Amino acid sequence: MSVDSLVGQLKHGLDAPICLTWELTYACNLACVHCLSSSGQRDPRELSTDEAKAVLDELHDLQVFYINIGGGEPMVRRDFFELVEYAIGRGIGVKFSTNGAYIDAEKARRLTAMDYLDIQISLDGTDAATNDAVRGTGSYDLAIRAMDHLRDAGFVERNGPFKISVVITRHNVDQLDEFKALADSYGAQLRVTRLRPSGRGADTWHELHPTNAQQRQIYDWLMANGENVLTGDSFFHLNALGDSLPGLNMCGAGRVVCLIDPIGDVYACPFVIHDEFKAGSVRDEGGFSKVWKQSDLFLELREPQSAGACASCGSWNACQGGCMAAKFFTGLPLDGPDPECVGGDADEALAAVNTSLTPKPAMDHSKPVALTRRLIPVSAG
Amino acid sequence: MTQAGATALLEQALELHPQVALRPEPFGALAYHYGNRRLVFMKHGDVVAVAKQLADHPSLAATLEACDIAHSRWPSFATAFASLKSSEIVRER
Repeated sequence: MSVDSLVGQLKHGLDAPICLTWELTYACNLACVHCLSSSGQRDPRELSTDEAKAVLDELHDLQVFYINIGGGEPMVRRDFFELVEYAIGRGIGVKFSTNGAYIDAEKARRLTAMDYLDIQISLDGTDAATNDAVRGTGSYDLAIRAMDHLRDAGFVERNGPFKISVVITRHNVDQLDEFKALADSYGAQLRVTRLRPSGRGADTWHELHPTNAQQRQIYDWLMANGENVLTGDSFFHLNALGDSLPGLNMCGAGRVVCLIDPIGDVYACPFVIHDEFKAGSVRDEGGFSKVWKQSDLFLELREPQSAGACASCGSWNACQGGCMAAKFFTGLPLDGPDPECVGGDADEALAAVNTSLTPKPAMDHSKPVALTRRLIPVSAG
Repeated sequence: MTQAGATALLEQALELHPQVALRPEPFGALAYHYGNRRLVFMKHGDVVAVAKQLADHPSLAATLEACDIAHSRWPSFATAFASLKSSEIVRER
């Protein structure tokens, strides 16, 4: 079977997801300006330890091989290790995303001792200035310290390379070679993904997303380095520039990918936390399996999708019209070009969008902005 | 793979790697290797059937015979299993 016909099969959906992201909490010690889940504060409705274990039992029965745990900052949860150990004990491999703040020497040793565990450290600049502008003051040092602890604990030797995960913006795009060198210096693997206008990213996307010239730069770099760099297949909209990048050239939302959010709601992908893309909840009768197998939304996504306004474009087969989430949160129609269409076919429509009317994320768990205490002069007279 | 390489593989005694899990899917199966974290698409039901029975027979060829795979298809099976072997989904026993 050729890759094309396999992709055709995958578009009809799998019996269980192969890339399931589970955000354990909306709580986070950081407040990154592009946070796709608008995280900050814990939601009181978050799944309890027992509920989370019941979901893991279900994923085991569905033969989900591994899950991607994220947040918020998942290590904030007091039952973090309990849940990870439970998952691994049920034969579900775990990769978790973290900003590294809670990986001290002892935790690094504990993580290293676990089988089938992989770690992804988020970093958006190879220097503190570039990284901290997006991820917050001190976050660069936290990530580097965590990686140092993992190196000292021998994580790579025992478990294979951990990942350094980078969201590419117009400010770090020139650092791709340096990111690669940094990953190599730890024996780690580099992962680069596309910035989406999701969560707080909706507010910053216009300033942060790569320019069209930079998109060409990313494409060329991935063509040269892509075999050893993970991308979550997130750059398929760039395939319109030439030969296809490595990976599956398709949107996996609801077909091979989905998200379970901290309160158990199931969304088509991690970048569409909005009612429009909510398929159900693990708390519903029938649980996650029923949502995956029978929800109207997921069944609809597994039907052939219309090329819409892109039908007459010669590049549609290459780019598939791009990313659903990127279109949705920038206010573009889903059956038209991606806002970062490399042919520029979305530029006009994007300029015409009334940004005050674009869809807002379903929930916002951002921490309240700290009000600077104003000193009130008191006259002593 | 060379013709000689394919022939040599047919004579080898193979097995599914003990750290590999197979999940049935409409197109065949997904194979996941818990050790190297590789996810491999097994894109035909016959390949899955043969993979599951490898350990019960003295060689890949004997397994193909037992699974009633027509001789004309053996070269493509040899190629498929060479690829599965290189990703450690199957191994020599």
